[in-house]
Amino acid sequence: MIPSQVPPASRLTRPAGPLVIDIAGVTKLYEMGEETIHALRGVSVQIHRNEYLAIMGPSGSGKSTLMNMLGCLDTPTAGRYEFNGKNVASMIDDELADIRNREIGFVFQTFNLLPRSTALANVELPLIYAGYAPAERRARAIRALENVGLGSRLNHKPNELSGGQRQRVAIARALVNSPSIILADEPTGNLDSKTGVEIMALFEQLYEQGNTLIVVTHEEDVARHARRIVRLRDGLIESDGSVY
Amino acid sequence: MKRLLYELTESFRIAFAQIRANKLRSVLTALGVIIGIVAVTLMGTAIRGIDTGFTKSLAMLGDDVLYVQKWPWGGVEDWWNYANRPPIRPEDADKLNRIIEQTPNSLLEVAVPVSTRGNSVKAGENKVSGVFTIGTTADYGRLISADFAEGRLFNDTEAAGGRPVCVLGFDVAEALFQNRSSIDQTVMIGGHPFTVIGVVAKQGSFLGLFSFDNQAILPLEAFRKYFSVRRGAEIRVKITDKTRVADAREELTGAMRRVRAQLPGERDNFNINEQGAFKAQLDPIKQGIALAGLFITGLSLFVGAIGIMNITFVSVKERTKEIGTRKALGARRRTILLQFLIEAVSICLIGGFVGLGLTYGLVLAVGAAFPAIPVEFSVSLVFISMAVSILTGIISGFAPAWGASRLDPVVALRYE
Repeated sequence: MIPSQVPPASRLTRPAGPLVIDIAGVTKLYEMGEETIHALRGVSVQIHRNEYLAIMGPSGSGKSTLMNMLGCLDTPTAGRYEFNGKNVASMIDDELADIRNREIGFVFQTFNLLPRSTALANVELPLIYAGYAPAERRARAIRALENVGLGSRLNHKPNELSGGQRQRVAIARALVNSPSIILADEPTGNLDSKTGVEIMALFEQLYEQGNTLIVVTHEEDVARHARRIVRLRDGLIESDGSVY
Repeated sequence: MKRLLYELTESFRIAFAQIRANKLRSVLTALGVIIGIVAVTLMGTAIRGIDTGFTKSLAMLGDDVLYVQKWPWGGVEDWWNYANRPPIRPEDADKLNRIIEQTPNSLLEVAVPVSTRGNSVKAGENKVSGVFTIGTTADYGRLISADFAEGRLFNDTEAAGGRPVCVLGFDVAEALFQNRSSIDQTVMIGGHPFTVIGVVAKQGSFLGLFSFDNQAILPLEAFRKYFSVRRGAEIRVKITDKTRVADAREELTGAMRRVRAQLPGERDNFNINEQGAFKAQLDPIKQGIALAGLFITGLSLFVGAIGIMNITFVSVKERTKEIGTRKALGARRRTILLQFLIEAVSICLIGGFVGLGLTYGLVLAVGAAFPAIPVEFSVSLVFISMAVSILTGIISGFAPAWGASRLDPVVALRYE
C-alpha cells in the first residue's frame, strides 16, 4: 500500500497541450498455434502533452499490449495510430527505433540498466543512438542525473546503487533525450513501499516540470497519482476519465 | 555518419567490457584462432626462411655461374644414356676460353675448370677429415663473392707452376690453428704438404646442409700432381648478364659442342646445369609445407570459428533482455548487428595477437637454439594474420549477430 503523500485538493493540474498520441479502433491479434488471441479488440484513446495518465487493468486485459503499442515497440494489427501526427502503424523497424529514441522515455519495472556500465554511461546510451557528440552527451547525462538527485553517483555501477537509486538512473535515462512522453511500466513494482513513494513523488515533480507521463500499473495507489485513469478489460476500454 | 562512429565506439567499449568480464571463456574461445594464427604464421615464416636461406646459399655459389658437367642435377631415369659420355676435361676450359675470346659480345665471361675430392687435412696433431678439396685456376677468384679473412688466392704463375700452396675454408683453418694466423703454415692435404696462403671468410652453409667453410682450394696443376682426375672435372662458366641466362646457356652449348667437335644432329654429350634447377627441386618442398600449413590453419580456424559462433550465440541469449532494452532506447538493427559482430571480431583479434606473440617467441627461440635453420619473421605476416582474424570473426559472428538484430523488442524485453 502506497499512501498518497500529496493531498488531492492541493494538486496542480496542468492544462492539456497539443495532441501527442491518437489511437483509434486499434486491434491486435496474436497467433498462438491454432488459437488466435484478441489482445486488443478496438481501442481508441487520445493523449495530449502535459497529461499524467495511468493505464490500469488486470492481467490479460490487454494492458501490456497497449503499452507496447504506445511505446512503438509493436504495431497494431488494424486501426490507426498517430504519434505527433506521424502514422506509426505503417512504420518499419528502424523508423520505430528512431521514434522510440527521440519521442519516448521508457521506465521499466526491472530498471533494465546495463550491469557493467556506470550510471553516467547508462544515461548516455540513448544519446549515443541519437548521434550526440561525446562532450554534449556527458553534459546532458550529468544534468539528467542531477535532476533526479543522483549528481553524486555518476560513476557508480548498478550493483553499487540501491533499488530506488537504480530506478532514478532509469528515469534519468528516460528523460535525457527530452522525449514527448515518459512511459513507465509498473515503476514501483520492484521497490519497497517507502522507495515507491519517493519514486512517485519524483514523478509528480517531473509532471510539474512539464513532462507527459503514462504509467501502466495494476495498483490503485500508484494510479491515484495520475490525473486521468484508463481502465482496460478483455481488450476493451472499460472506463476513461479524470481522477478528480 | 557521426552516429555510426559513436555507435562503433560504444560497441568496442562494450565488447572489451564483455571480454574482461568473461576472461576464461574468451580465452578458451580464442584458442582455436590462436592455434590457427600460430600455424599460418609459422608456415609463412618457414617458407620465407627457406626462400631467404636459399637465396643466400645461391649467392655463395655465385648466382651468375653455369656448370658444365657430365650429369644433370636432380637425377635421371635413363642413366645409361649418360654413363658413356666422355668425362669433362680441365683442358676443355682452356678451349672454351679461347672461343669466348674470339666471340664478339659474348655473354660468357670466363670458364674455370674445377676438380674436387674429399681429403683429410692435418697440421701437427690437429686433423680435419672430409674436407672438400678443390683444384682450380686463379680465375676461381672471379667466380666467388666471398672475402678473405686473411691472405689471398694463388695467382696465375703459382697456378700454372702447380706450386704447393692452398687456401683454406674458415672452419678448417680455425680447427687446425685456432686463434693463430694460418698464413705460411704447412698443412698435409691427403698426405702431401701445402703452404697456406689465404683463408676465406666465414660463409655459412648451403641450406644448413653443406658447409662452404669446410674446404681447401689448391692450384689445379698441384691437385693433378697428387690426386686422380680420371673421374673428370667440371667447368664453371661465369656469365656477363644474369637476366639473360637462357641466351648464355645457348651460347655455351654451342661453344661446348665445338670443343667436343660434335656433329649436327648429335645429342649433347655434356650437361649445362644452373641454380634454377635447385629452385625447381625446392618448390615441391615449399608447396608441401604450404599445403600442410594451410590444412592445419584451415582446420583450427574452422574449429575456432565454430567456437566463436557458439559463444556469440550464448552471448546473444544471455543478453536478450539487454538487446530489448537497447532497442527500446532507440538502437537500430544495424547497431545490434555491429555490436555482436565487433564482439566476435574482438575475440578473434585478441586471439590473433596472442598467436602472433607466440609465433614471434617461437621464431626467436628457434633462431637462438638452431642458428643454421633459416627462420624469418615479417611484417606482412602480421597483416595477413590480422586480416585472417577479422575475417574469421565476421564469418563466425554474423549468424548470431544477425539473429540478435532481428529480435522482436517486445519478446526480448519479456525474456528472463
